[in-house]
Formats: sequence, structure tokens, C-alpha cells
Amino acid sequence: MRWMWIDRVIAFEPRKRLVAVKNVSLAEEHLHQHFAAQGALPPCPVMPNSLILEGMAQTAGILVGSVHDFREKVVLAKVVSAVIERDINPGETIRYDAVLERMDDMGASTVGTVDRFSFADNAWAPVGRIELMFSHLDQNRAGTEFPEENFVFGENFRTLLEGAGLRKAGVSSAG
Amino acid sequence: MAKSRADIEADVRDVLVDALGVDEDDVVSTATLKGDLGAESIDYLDIVFRLEKKFSTPEKPFKIAQGELFPENLMTDPSLVEAGKVTAKGIALLKEKVPHVDVSDFEKDPQITKLPNFFTVKSLCDFVERKLGA
Repeated sequence: MRWMWIDRVIAFEPRKRLVAVKNVSLAEEHLHQHFAAQGALPPCPVMPNSLILEGMAQTAGILVGSVHDFREKVVLAKVVSAVIERDINPGETIRYDAVLERMDDMGASTVGTVDRFSFADNAWAPVGRIELMFSHLDQNRAGTEFPEENFVFGENFRTLLEGAGLRKAGVSSAG
Repeated sequence: MAKSRADIEADVRDVLVDALGVDEDDVVSTATLKGDLGAESIDYLDIVFRLEKKFSTPEKPFKIAQGELFPENLMTDPSLVEAGKVTAKGIALLKEKVPHVDVSDFEKDPQITKLPNFFTVKSLCDFVERKLGA
């Protein structure tokens, strides 16, 4: 089971831009460890930066995958830069706005901004900026054979892709 | 106005510092991308994208075709590589397709795995200079 770190795609411009959101909830168990109370310090639940990165990778990965109708196995190959300047707390919403910078047969580069909506402030605020590179696995296989089935955009992405109208309902990932 | 060699070298240095996270002082003309600057496979694509961005102008886009800068899929033909060594035909193809790479030393022991050792900062600068002048 792939862990999904975005809840919904809210905007899509083919070959250009994709925006997704995630609601951060105290029901997510990892927040209880990140960070648990320690001695006199109270618990401090904040969204881990590594998972913010994964959320952007999923957002930008869908954008890259959509260009070839999800036939390519798009994998994150490089975190070019990631700057996260503000904590995201339970009860807040994260917005990932990914823009496709450059793409060819071998892979793609994306630039994305991360914002958060806080109900306490009733406003969006910038959180950071993440630049990524993706590789098309089958074009860079270096002698390694991968399964025919596209395990990158498998069943776990189905709800997201169909909900955003990026893939027709009932079409399987292998199709 | 055409870019001078010094301008090209400075721009290539910027690209490598950003793409590979290396120190500016380490980007010397003779440094190899893989051995000295630690480039991995995806970094080559990153470098290609960054060079395109750096040297493109609204009047003249700087577009690098696959295999034009790095001969990544050039050596897949079996007649070009035998038992891990690049054949004479392969060497001729390298000279034709990637003239910015100096293969004179590589020819002496043309093991395909050693080819990346001949990609230097100078190779990139030569490539850009030739392409901008074309």
C-alpha cells in the first residue's frame, strides 16, 4: 500500500501545473511522535518536513505522469532544493502548487511552492519551495528490467486521478 | 553579443555548482564530472536542463538533444562495444557525435565503464562554445 500524502487535486493545467491539497489531522499517528512530550517539554505535533517533500513529490509526479497519460513510470530522482520555513500544525491545510519546468524522454524537472491555510489566521501563508527532478524509469533502466505494469501510478492513485478527472473511472493502471 | 570563453566558463561553473552542490573552487577545467565532482546519472539530465536554461535567449533557444552532450544511449549497438571495450567503430562514432570529449587517452584502454572519466568541465565548456557558435 502506498502512503498517500495528498488528499485532492484542486487545479490542473495539462503539461503546465498541478495543485493539490492535504488536510493535516491529529488522527495521523506519526504526529504523536513528531514530536512527543519529553520531560518538561509538551507534545509538539508538526507535519514532518520529509512528508511535506513527499507530498510535493506526489503532486509534481502526477503532473509529470499526466503528460504521457500515466504510461511512464515516473520516479523521484533528485531533490534539487527544498526550503521549508514554517511549521504546519494539525487542523491546517497544505497546498502544493507544482509547475513543470522542463521535460524530455528521460525525465522532468519541477518547481513547486508549499503554502498552508491556518484557520487561526484565516489566511494562506507561504511555507516553502521545492525543486525536484523525476526520471522515466524505463528510459533509464541501465540494463534493469521493470515490470510491465505501471506500479508507480497503481491502484492507490486511482481515487485521486479519477476524482480530478485525470483518468477515466474503471481504467486500470496497466491499461 | 557573443559570449566570451570566460563568460561561458563562469556560466558553466554556476550550472555545476547548482546541479551538483559542489564548491565553486572545485569546478576547475580538468575536473571530471563523475570522479571529481561526484555526478550521478540523474545529475546529467539536471545539467542538460540547466545549460538549456542558462544559454537560451528569446531569439535563440539552446536546446540539447538526447545524446548530444552525453553519449548515454549511443553505445547500445553491439558493434560499438565488444567485451566491455569500445570498438574502433565506436571510437569513430564518439569523435563524430561528441567531439567535445577528448578521447585520445581513452582510446588506449577503451573500457566503456571508464568513458565517464573523460567528461570534464572543459568538455562542457567546449560543447557550449561550439554550439553557441554554430
